[in-house]
Amino acid sequence: MNFAIVRYIIGFLLQFEAGFLILPGIIGIPYGEAFDSITYFGVALLCFLIGKLLSRKRPSPFELYTREGFAVVALGWLILSMFGALPFVITGDIPSYIDALFETISGFTTTGASILSNVEALSHANLFWRSFTHWIGGMGVFVFIMAILPLMGGTTMNLMRAESPGPSVGKLAPRVKDTAKILYQIYIGITLAEMIVLCCCGMEFFDSITTTFGTVGTGGFGIRSDSIAGYSPLIQNIVTLFMILSGINYTAYFCLLSKQFKEAFSIDEVKWYLLIIFASVGIISWNIHGMYSTIGETVRHAFFQVGSIITTTGFATVDFNAWPELSKTILVLLMFIGACAGSTGGGIKVSRIIILFKAAHKELSTMIHPRLVKKTKMDGHVISHETLRSTNAFIAVYLIILFASVLLISVDNYDFTTNFTAVAATLNNIGPGLELVGPTQNFALFSPFSKCILMFDMLAGRLELFPMLIILLPSCWKKY
Amino acid sequence: MKIIIVGCGKVGCTLVEQLSGENHDIVVIDEKEEKINPITDEFDAMGIVGNGVSYQVLKEAGIDLADLLIAVTGSDEQNLLCCVIAKKTGNCKTIARVRNPIYNKEIGFLRKELGLSMIINPELASAAEIARIFQFPSAVKIDTFSKGRIELLHFRVTSDCLLNNYGLIHIRSTLKCDVLVCMVTRGDEVLIPRGDFVFHEGDIVAIVAAPPKANDFFKKIGIDTGKVRTAMIVGGGTIAYYLAKRLTDVGISTKIIDSDPARCEELSELLPKATIICGDGTDERLLLQEGIASVEGFAALTGMDEENILLSLHAKKVSHAKTVTKINRITFNSVLTDMKLDTISYPRLTTADMIIKYARSMNASLNSNVENLYKLEDGRAEALEFSIKEPSAVTGIPLGKMHIRKNILICCINRGGQIIIPNGQDELHVGDSVIVVLTHSRLNDIKEILED
Repeated sequence: MNFAIVRYIIGFLLQFEAGFLILPGIIGIPYGEAFDSITYFGVALLCFLIGKLLSRKRPSPFELYTREGFAVVALGWLILSMFGALPFVITGDIPSYIDALFETISGFTTTGASILSNVEALSHANLFWRSFTHWIGGMGVFVFIMAILPLMGGTTMNLMRAESPGPSVGKLAPRVKDTAKILYQIYIGITLAEMIVLCCCGMEFFDSITTTFGTVGTGGFGIRSDSIAGYSPLIQNIVTLFMILSGINYTAYFCLLSKQFKEAFSIDEVKWYLLIIFASVGIISWNIHGMYSTIGETVRHAFFQVGSIITTTGFATVDFNAWPELSKTILVLLMFIGACAGSTGGGIKVSRIIILFKAAHKELSTMIHPRLVKKTKMDGHVISHETLRSTNAFIAVYLIILFASVLLISVDNYDFTTNFTAVAATLNNIGPGLELVGPTQNFALFSPFSKCILMFDMLAGRLELFPMLIILLPSCWKKY
Repeated sequence: MKIIIVGCGKVGCTLVEQLSGENHDIVVIDEKEEKINPITDEFDAMGIVGNGVSYQVLKEAGIDLADLLIAVTGSDEQNLLCCVIAKKTGNCKTIARVRNPIYNKEIGFLRKELGLSMIINPELASAAEIARIFQFPSAVKIDTFSKGRIELLHFRVTSDCLLNNYGLIHIRSTLKCDVLVCMVTRGDEVLIPRGDFVFHEGDIVAIVAAPPKANDFFKKIGIDTGKVRTAMIVGGGTIAYYLAKRLTDVGISTKIIDSDPARCEELSELLPKATIICGDGTDERLLLQEGIASVEGFAALTGMDEENILLSLHAKKVSHAKTVTKINRITFNSVLTDMKLDTISYPRLTTADMIIKYARSMNASLNSNVENLYKLEDGRAEALEFSIKEPSAVTGIPLGKMHIRKNILICCINRGGQIIIPNGQDELHVGDSVIVVLTHSRLNDIKEILED
């Protein structure tokens, strides 16, 4: 482990966080929240100074190998959250540091699980910061740094690989920097589009900003206690649309922008993603009809909840905990499927599910024809053995973390549905689960120990499991 | 520039390694994913798995917008076809590696008819490099400009050499030698010396001079130059063939030792003037018998790197020969430098170097008036070639009267094929092509050599 380079890059990260922290400070000024603004500026200054100190000396050799890349990303996200939690504690809105850290990690990992029972009591600066963390975490803070700083040649791919969601991270442009730039341009484009549309539909400016951050980052922090339920049906539909758009593989947008329409519409993953959404909406609408007065309202709620869960956003317009068992089970399944790889969403990812099904099919075929030679394909390309292997490994590790976490938090003695969906909702970066952690409830009930487990799950889920596990391995920290 | 590299072998990797550090958009194509992955992991390049000959694959790599395509797969035919298709699809320059000696005779024809910018034969390039060293054994290294017409000779100042503690100003006045000292490398520093400069032991001095004058100069300062008269080559591969052909053509008596009887017969047919010995090159007695003790040039060109190193060390020990060691694979640079092998020839680096030189020149000429750009001393100095197209502040004035910026030197003028080593009285004319050596940041135009 090359500690010098880990220190250096984390120094850069903190300086960027200082920049991010200034924004909520500025937002607080027009609302007359002087103390909050000063707090944010103060924490920003602290981050900047520590960051400057850490990145003072450029290390040599300036090489970033895979393990440093993973360690930097995992540690970076932890440190980012630790400093990001400070304003909540200092302003007094969330007095306990563990709670504030939970809220911040939930923000950065775009989970949207909250420990707050009354969100509306928060100051505007805090509300903004809470939602802004979604936006930063959505596309990834290291990707952002890479888009701006020419940190170092090609080895930064190791950072991007550790941070970006999906089984295989491809480049959109020959250079990492350009790839990062393209991703952020699309991201900012979608953000601005939603903000403008929401404003045009009569949403207040502040609400539209925070809701947009929650949507495009697939986060799910609302600024009202009833999430999105209090807004007009039109606004709910727009949020549904943008949630689903944010869950699509960004490669599709890149192909559209570079006028490769045929490629854009022939991505298998996106087709399956949309198919799963429509199928789920159909079944749920049939299952819950009668609970709402009109068909339009039924479909709207079904669409919103399905879109919110599969993209791992976690907004809600109704208390889906009150829905029939079939609908709830479908939603829990959708939690595990998650969004497309290469989007801002979490979960296992549609492409991994496709690969698993294809691998299973191939396995069955070889039982019927033992000497069968068959290559599984996706998007017309052969799925390499390497990708298959890593997908299998991912699923195995995923299940281990899932069940270990359920076991550990069952110490708190809540019912199984609560525990299971709490872990599923955090590991998949969704937010609300069922029963005691349902959309109208929150995570405040858990003990500090369970909260730590859930925080780990959120980070592991966002960073695709392995970076968080690698830093737990003692041999990762050995010099040799 | 947007560069597409087809083939990720040893040369392909070296190319990506060097070019990715120079702000280019690089796409690599190879049929094997396991060859692409390490490259895209380590360097800032995009990889595409596929056959570079395929139009679809080239399209995917962005051939429409590419500036340069370099085909370095293992197959000559694939490289040529790939370049032809690229040329027809996009509007890019193309470079192909072609190593089969049969095509070598028709290289000019192929290049012209297929519209390629450059055809590289790695073995031929290496052989040319070694032959140049044998013709100038006292030089540490030789850089060539203007398609080989101008040579920059690097040599080391030793303690018994006249230049030790000698002022630069005296070279022309006292020695009456018409040579131009371009650069001096002292430790890690590269200097462009002025008149008051004093040489020290250990300096590596680079000079330009017309060949007979260079010999004269070396004789006067007490560095033994006399070109090699006898050469021994161990290993009879393709490089050995090209090298022997060149050496025998300039009258150097050449001996090739190879253990394969069939190859020996073939060589003796191809090289009637050379002596071909069929035997084990690692046999100490055979080498002695063939006169290794009195040979003046020794080249170890077998297929085994370790064997080559041992052979050269042995030759250094038993003779005063200038040795050249071919190394294909080994990369322990620092250890090799310590071994005091005279010159090491890396065929893959030689190939990559030539391609990179071309790419750099192309890049340099894109947005400026620079015709060619050569990196010297690991990039710590540069030589730029300009052609003077119009009268300006630098034309028609004797160089001695111009206020030229520090650390810049006009090292030679090519006037219609005639090479002039300039002194203070020479002037630049329209139509000249000028080579300027400098150690600081780049120039975009010849006029920038003047002080503001």
